[in-house]
Amino acid sequence: MTAAVQVPTFDCRKAFAEELIALAREDDRIVAVCNDSVGSSNLTGFRDEFPDRLINVGIAEQDLVGVGAGLANGGMIPFVSAAAPFLTGRALEQIKADIAYSRAKVVLCGQSPGMAYGELGPTHHSIEDLSWIRAVADLPIVVPADPAQTRAAVRWAAYHSGPSYLRIGRFPVPAVHADDTVFEPGRINQLTDGVDITVVATGTMVSRALEAAETLRAEGISLRVLNVSFIEPLDTEAILRAAEETAGVITAEEATSTGGLGAAVASLLSQHRPTPMRILGIDRQFAPTGSTEFLLDYFGLNAAGIASAARELSAR
Amino acid sequence: MSTLTVDSASADAFLASRRGLGETSRDRIVTALRDLARAVRSSDVQMINRAQLGHIGGDFSVADILATLYGAVLNIDPHHPTDPERDRFILSKGHSAGALYSTLAHCGFFPLDELETFAQPLSALNGHPNRVKVPGVETNTGPLGHGFPVAVGHALAAKLQGSARRTFVVMGDGELQEGSNWEAAMTASHYHLSSLTAVVDRNRLQQGARTEDTKQLEPLSDKWTSFGFEVREIDGHDYDQLLTAFEPSTTARPVVVIANTVKGKGVSFIEDRVEWHHKVPTTEQVEAALEELNR
Repeated sequence: MTAAVQVPTFDCRKAFAEELIALAREDDRIVAVCNDSVGSSNLTGFRDEFPDRLINVGIAEQDLVGVGAGLANGGMIPFVSAAAPFLTGRALEQIKADIAYSRAKVVLCGQSPGMAYGELGPTHHSIEDLSWIRAVADLPIVVPADPAQTRAAVRWAAYHSGPSYLRIGRFPVPAVHADDTVFEPGRINQLTDGVDITVVATGTMVSRALEAAETLRAEGISLRVLNVSFIEPLDTEAILRAAEETAGVITAEEATSTGGLGAAVASLLSQHRPTPMRILGIDRQFAPTGSTEFLLDYFGLNAAGIASAARELSAR
Repeated sequence: MSTLTVDSASADAFLASRRGLGETSRDRIVTALRDLARAVRSSDVQMINRAQLGHIGGDFSVADILATLYGAVLNIDPHHPTDPERDRFILSKGHSAGALYSTLAHCGFFPLDELETFAQPLSALNGHPNRVKVPGVETNTGPLGHGFPVAVGHALAAKLQGSARRTFVVMGDGELQEGSNWEAAMTASHYHLSSLTAVVDRNRLQQGARTEDTKQLEPLSDKWTSFGFEVREIDGHDYDQLLTAFEPSTTARPVVVIANTVKGKGVSFIEDRVEWHHKVPTTEQVEAALEELNR
């Protein structure tokens, strides 16, 4: 699985920070709220330019999310930013009660999700977040796949009428969209027009799905790659159409397979259009020690894993 | 699913009464607050009996605090419950929703007869308050340890905007066992949020036992002092003391009012008894309670 051409890759936190600063220059209601994570949330530039609008509550995630809700009620537009495992795990009840149930217009920014913290281990991995957050009502889940989508998601979230959860990737990814690609909230971007098997991918898995499509093209299997940037609300129309037009659906996410994208798609298809499926994710396991790249390979969350699932489905 | 709106006549009467108090003596204000608190308790005990659920002990301990805030302190207008410059009030001990609903209704935020729907199917008046459905509610509470961090956020927003509006939050004393409150206390202190007043309804009882037998809070005043607060310890049923305690901070520090209260205050057979945390009064007990409240 060696890439023929080395494509440039990007840490989406940089696009996040740049777009947030640009927004803050336009709108003085924009504030960033963090839990000592000024560096890891890439907020040093924001702090330097807007020292008063960077609220650092210290290492205190429950307070972090509650303060965000209060700032929103007070007329500000808070971007509450912390490493995804701590934001969603430690403050899950605040996310439910203070943000979603209270309809507080807060942008929850889960930084470095999935297994981005590789060797730091499962305490620092955020593979449960998609399952946890998807269980909460009235909370959109946005997983940008590249820098262009990250910028668009930040801008969308700032002016969306309610709260949202943004999953901001740290693991370097190639651009899968042109900078001027239209970002349609709640809509899937179809990246290839395959007719045999569909891959419904999100975040880090999108570029890997495109790689798998390349590999399979040579074998005569045509892969349709769908980029899901909104896991909630899900673009059910695009998924049902793919299930109708191709012979099987593979989902791919850097998360547990218990309740995230795969579960959402399986729930949809099993009830409305039963379709052969493969759900690629992490199957209720804590990861062993290893780098992010190693762990993604270990769990088959790569082009080879996607291609192999596609071969299985097309051979049925 | 219902959403409530202002009762105009009642709101006008409330606002006229508030305006009138500005020109009168402390004694007259205290009398008005006592009347409001009596009305709140009377409505509350009937609501709880009708719904066959509620938290009467905590409702009655906080009733005088609520009556003082709404009757004489908060800058609010039931006609404009989302006015950006309104003072913010958060009831962090959300299980005392009955007391809050009664207070809001008596101030005209919604019609008094809506209290009859408390806890009924599809009512806006859930067992715990909901800001989307009930005007005057600022954040949804119920799980403990949530209201104070949200209040800190409100006060921070006011500070960032250069606004003089104030933020009040009422917590139960047992609730202080939640660590999130102490995270919030550190933030309030660090950011010098002098427009913030935290109130502890210190009734010394929690759901199952006395606070000091469950997990000791004392020395409570020292704890708040060491967290950087201006501490005002008072009798939480003395309107005169409450009014003084709710005056703005005299330092750059946030204020905490430790209001020593009696759980179930106002009805002798409910007062200071742990079982009345969420016991429901019978119809006979409601009659006896009303008789005692109106004595």
